[in-house]
Amino acid sequence: MKFVCYSHVCVVWVLWFPPKLQSHACVPLMYAEAMVLTAIRGELVVIPVEWSWLTLSRVLFSRQEVMKWNGWGYSDSRFLFNKKGQAEFTGRRYRLSGMVLPSLKDWFESTFGASLQHKSPATATLNASAVPFPSLNEAFLQDLKSTGIPFSHEAEDRVFRAHGHCLHEIFALREGKFGRVPDLVVWPNCHEDVVKTVDLACRHNVCLIPYGGGTSVSSALECPPDETRCIVSLDTSQMSRILWIDEKNLTAHVEAGIVGQDLERLLNESGYCTGHEPDSMEFSSLGGWVATRASGMKKNVYGNIEDLVVHIKMVCPRGVVEKSCQGPRVSIGPDIHHFIMGSEGTLGVVTEVTIKIRPMPEYQKYGSVVFPNFEQGVACLREVAKQRCAPASIRLMDNAQFQFGHALKPQVSSIFTSFLDGLKKFYITKFKGFDPHHLCVATLLFEGDRERVLQHEKQVYDIAAKFGGLAAGEDNGQRGYMLTFVIAYLRDLGMDYYVIGESFETSVPWDRVLDLCRNVKERIVRECRERGVQFPPLATCRVTQTYDAGACVYFYFAFNYRGLADPVNIYGRVEHAAREEILANGGSLSHHHGVGKLRKHWMPESISDVGIGMLKSVKEYVDPDNIFGSRNLL
Amino acid sequence: MASNTLYSPRDPALKKRDDFEDILEERRSSSDLRYALRCYVPVVYKGIAPCKPGVLKTAVLQSDRLRHVVAEMSKETGESADVIREEASGILEEMAHRLRLGTVRFFAYSLSKAFKALFQRVRVNEDGIQRLQQSIQEHPVVLLPSHRSYMDFLIMSYILYTYDLSLPVIAAGMDFLGMKIVGEMLRMSGAFFIRRSFGGDKLYWAVFSEYVKTMLRNGYAPIEFFLEGTRSRTCKSLTPKLGLLNIVMEPFFKGEVFDVSLVPISISYERVLEEALYARELLGVPKPKESTSGLLKARKILSEDYGSIHVYFGHPVSLRSLAQGRINRSQYNLLPRHIPRRPSQETQAFVNETAYRLVRLQEENMVLRPWVLVAALLLQNPDGVDMERLVEQTSWLRGLAVSFGAFLDWPDYVSASKAVASSLALHTGLVRTEGGRAQLAMEPKEPGSPEEDLFDRAASVLSCASYRNQILHVFLRPALLGMAMQMAEASRKDDIYSCFSFLRDVFSNEFILCPGGTVQDFDEACYMLTKCAAVHVQKQEVVATEKGQRILSFLTSLFQPFLKGYQVVCRFLCEDAPEGFPESEYVAAVRSFAVKRILSGELTCYEALSSDVQKNALAALLRMKVVRKLKVGDQVTLRVNKVAANTLENKLGGRVSTQKALLARL
Repeated sequence: MKFVCYSHVCVVWVLWFPPKLQSHACVPLMYAEAMVLTAIRGELVVIPVEWSWLTLSRVLFSRQEVMKWNGWGYSDSRFLFNKKGQAEFTGRRYRLSGMVLPSLKDWFESTFGASLQHKSPATATLNASAVPFPSLNEAFLQDLKSTGIPFSHEAEDRVFRAHGHCLHEIFALREGKFGRVPDLVVWPNCHEDVVKTVDLACRHNVCLIPYGGGTSVSSALECPPDETRCIVSLDTSQMSRILWIDEKNLTAHVEAGIVGQDLERLLNESGYCTGHEPDSMEFSSLGGWVATRASGMKKNVYGNIEDLVVHIKMVCPRGVVEKSCQGPRVSIGPDIHHFIMGSEGTLGVVTEVTIKIRPMPEYQKYGSVVFPNFEQGVACLREVAKQRCAPASIRLMDNAQFQFGHALKPQVSSIFTSFLDGLKKFYITKFKGFDPHHLCVATLLFEGDRERVLQHEKQVYDIAAKFGGLAAGEDNGQRGYMLTFVIAYLRDLGMDYYVIGESFETSVPWDRVLDLCRNVKERIVRECRERGVQFPPLATCRVTQTYDAGACVYFYFAFNYRGLADPVNIYGRVEHAAREEILANGGSLSHHHGVGKLRKHWMPESISDVGIGMLKSVKEYVDPDNIFGSRNLL
Repeated sequence: MASNTLYSPRDPALKKRDDFEDILEERRSSSDLRYALRCYVPVVYKGIAPCKPGVLKTAVLQSDRLRHVVAEMSKETGESADVIREEASGILEEMAHRLRLGTVRFFAYSLSKAFKALFQRVRVNEDGIQRLQQSIQEHPVVLLPSHRSYMDFLIMSYILYTYDLSLPVIAAGMDFLGMKIVGEMLRMSGAFFIRRSFGGDKLYWAVFSEYVKTMLRNGYAPIEFFLEGTRSRTCKSLTPKLGLLNIVMEPFFKGEVFDVSLVPISISYERVLEEALYARELLGVPKPKESTSGLLKARKILSEDYGSIHVYFGHPVSLRSLAQGRINRSQYNLLPRHIPRRPSQETQAFVNETAYRLVRLQEENMVLRPWVLVAALLLQNPDGVDMERLVEQTSWLRGLAVSFGAFLDWPDYVSASKAVASSLALHTGLVRTEGGRAQLAMEPKEPGSPEEDLFDRAASVLSCASYRNQILHVFLRPALLGMAMQMAEASRKDDIYSCFSFLRDVFSNEFILCPGGTVQDFDEACYMLTKCAAVHVQKQEVVATEKGQRILSFLTSLFQPFLKGYQVVCRFLCEDAPEGFPESEYVAAVRSFAVKRILSGELTCYEALSSDVQKNALAALLRMKVVRKLKVGDQVTLRVNKVAANTLENKLGGRVSTQKALLARL
């Protein structure tokens, strides 16, 4: 068995499980890992204490056992339309798991013009023989073996690390098509292992692509097709320990391979949290956050990754780069952290990070506000930002997304609830005169000690009232946040029925938010029409972050591709047009997804030629032989 | 260079155009009152509710842009911001429209009556209306009608009301406000008034542009203005003015609207109401000030027959698609959008080019009556022509015009003789038919002094010319090529091209010739003349064919009056212009110079008397730096480079080859 020979940890696992489960290698793993995965917000099962050392990161050694190879997330969690034609979410991991969503089908069919009769199923299993044969650098392999760092060149392992979650990547996998994939996967276990690996790569001129959580949506993990060297995927998942916690300074020193949910859970055990919660936090890793300049949902309280990081250790072909102290702020020239953050794996591998931690919040409260229209909603968010009283999270969904969220309402348990829902709807649309086709919803999350949360809540609701906002309950708020975690699963469902889509984001000054949202959505609709898409697309947005000088806007875009010969190509062109529209309307190239290869076309116009030159000269010094040859960014 | 470009223009004769419906037909058979009072529910942009004029004013006065300008001016002048704001409010008060349905209904009623009395038909392409209706719902719409008559904007609003479309707000000249009640009534039917010139007035500009942009951004109503800026007295399109076009484009450039639909509209009159007025005006009788009593006097025109009006709503042009690849909108990213700034050079060029393109679209869809052809032929035969020959020539010209893409309202079942006869019948004031001959009515009704007689004759020539002018745009490019071939004296393509380019340059204030489009125009001209087998275009040469002689000589003599007019101006500048004479005296001086020459028999071209030609010639000469403006005190004087003027005249007369002349200029 593969695991036994790779890592002692796995040996322990296998031995530990009851004998009857050992017959299927995957079963114990599934079992173990199912127990481990806590719900981030109390959505899941309790874990036995003695299991807590087991982290998802460790399990991810062999991700394909727990996660889909051609879709998002856990293998056991997926949306499907059951025999009655009702949508259902399988598994036991999420609050939505096991529930029936009665209105999703109608929404799905009417929004996209899709039909349950027209299926476009994915290739069921990974056909290993279709995966290109690895071209290995024998000398490198020889030296690697002598270090004892685990590695693999099995097709499954390699395919899994050859992609992120861009639409074209997933679409190709579903069709069973594989482009250039890494030739080898290595699992260093600690900083020293990484140093050794990078050293060997330099010595043998091997191309390295760091791999963290694999949640990239910028084509950053794609192997350059014309790369002739041996490509080695450096999987950081085994470096997932919290090395120390410093309660005096409220910092934790953590290995960079740890994924978000493990980091939070392990810190929670000591009564702390980082508060960094990107939507992908179930799977994305600390190192990945640093490498892409990630942003978390609760940045208003905790800050984005650049605010959270105190110290970074990165292994480059030139050597190891790090600062010599942990001073909270320094004036020692341009901040070298800012060369590392956003470098997207082009300069080296982040191995260890010292990150700020906070005591866990005493009290959390969701909330929501309904606005008569999007314009009022944006005005309210602007005012909240102006008064600097934004809750931990505040998001404003447009009308289409509000309807979408509504379609995800699970079956109501009692007549009373449904009656209550009806009453609420009546109050808002009839009594308050909100047009159901214009109203939009802001979702809120407050955190802190109870008293202050309640005070804060009142302040925000008072501001909202000035813009015609009506408090719409905790439940709506919570469902709004849940949507972010399941949306990626929903895409897989869409793809089963000829619907493809994706999200993209930008940041933009306040005065341009409305114009940008309107123009980008309209551009999408127009481009789809002009490119022969037969059905009107879904183009919807939400404002997900507020800043002093602007906001982050997040778009969902999807359409039914029946009747199109090359849907992915058309999708790409429309997305390209949408990005042009964003830039023309004063939006940025990216707020937190990064550039990767998908958006690097626009880098020169975004940061000027001199700016490109600056980045290039750093790259040339740090990595003259282009060992980190993912070719992202530049 | 023009040679070997792969540009192949599409055949203009194949252009598809919509059919017309007569909207007066229904008016003649049903109650005007009921029509005026009927339920009027126009479709609106994105379903928004129309906004009250008061709300609009507040929005303008409180806009970031205006606040910024007020603060700036207050800093500059030391005046308190409140005073300036008050001033802005006053400007807005003077400018703003007060659209009121009641007034609109009043107009709907009275115009129905008037139109039925004046016109046989008011014909509209309903497909165009449908397209417009679609556009209004999708994007803010800018209506760009041609401008030949005061009737234009009344007609426009009338049609939109008839078809249940949103009534436009119309940019009108301040001079209308001179007419007391009528001015206010126009205001209540959607006109807003702008001063003719406000060059340096920052506040005025800010209020004005913000007012227009606010209406556009919110899409309350289509905005209507005249690209040509003023009525064309010659029935020939005027070179476009860019101010308002710049303003309506800015919201798109700055991302405030997704797109703007620009709708070129061609309004063609079989007989322009102001026909006689225009000719007088061109000859120096000043335009009467707009006054209510003047309008009442104009009532007598109600008893005459003005034929039909054709209104063609062109395809809406998407500003976004025009700007695709031309305008980098991110240039506006780094400056707050309410801070005014000069448009970049590329933007200016784009706006200019778009303006020309739109005017050409207006021209293309102008409906031409057979009379226009007859007028063109009569002007070429000042001594009269046999009816038979006239019919034959008209029929020939019809074929040529159609193959060049003219939008001729001449159905196949109408024979040439019938068409000519009915044309002559409608314009008895201009043509005399005696003994089987047709001739321009040149004899004065009551003989006066030689000069008065001359002006009478000139007036009827200019009236007639205003009809001929309507078809010039069809023949312009081939004619320039024809003239260039004559001028070049050789058949080398390069020589001809440089003559073409020279002529095009000279006439670019006279006709709609977009700067920078020389190569394209040349190719277009070659294509058209090749198609009718008038010339043979080879790699190195352009040769006239046997058959082409007739076409080419027709074309060159069609444009002869302009060539002559410019020559006269040059001659005047060389011979008669005193050193540094004031600009204000220019027109009168040229006119009296031309009168002298006509009386002495040196000149036979009456059109040289047209102040329009004279002004255009001056603009061209200024542009070509043959004449320079000098500001002395309050007066602007003109300084002439006599050598250059002389050379130019010779060139236009074909006495010096252009090649050498070009060298001389260097």
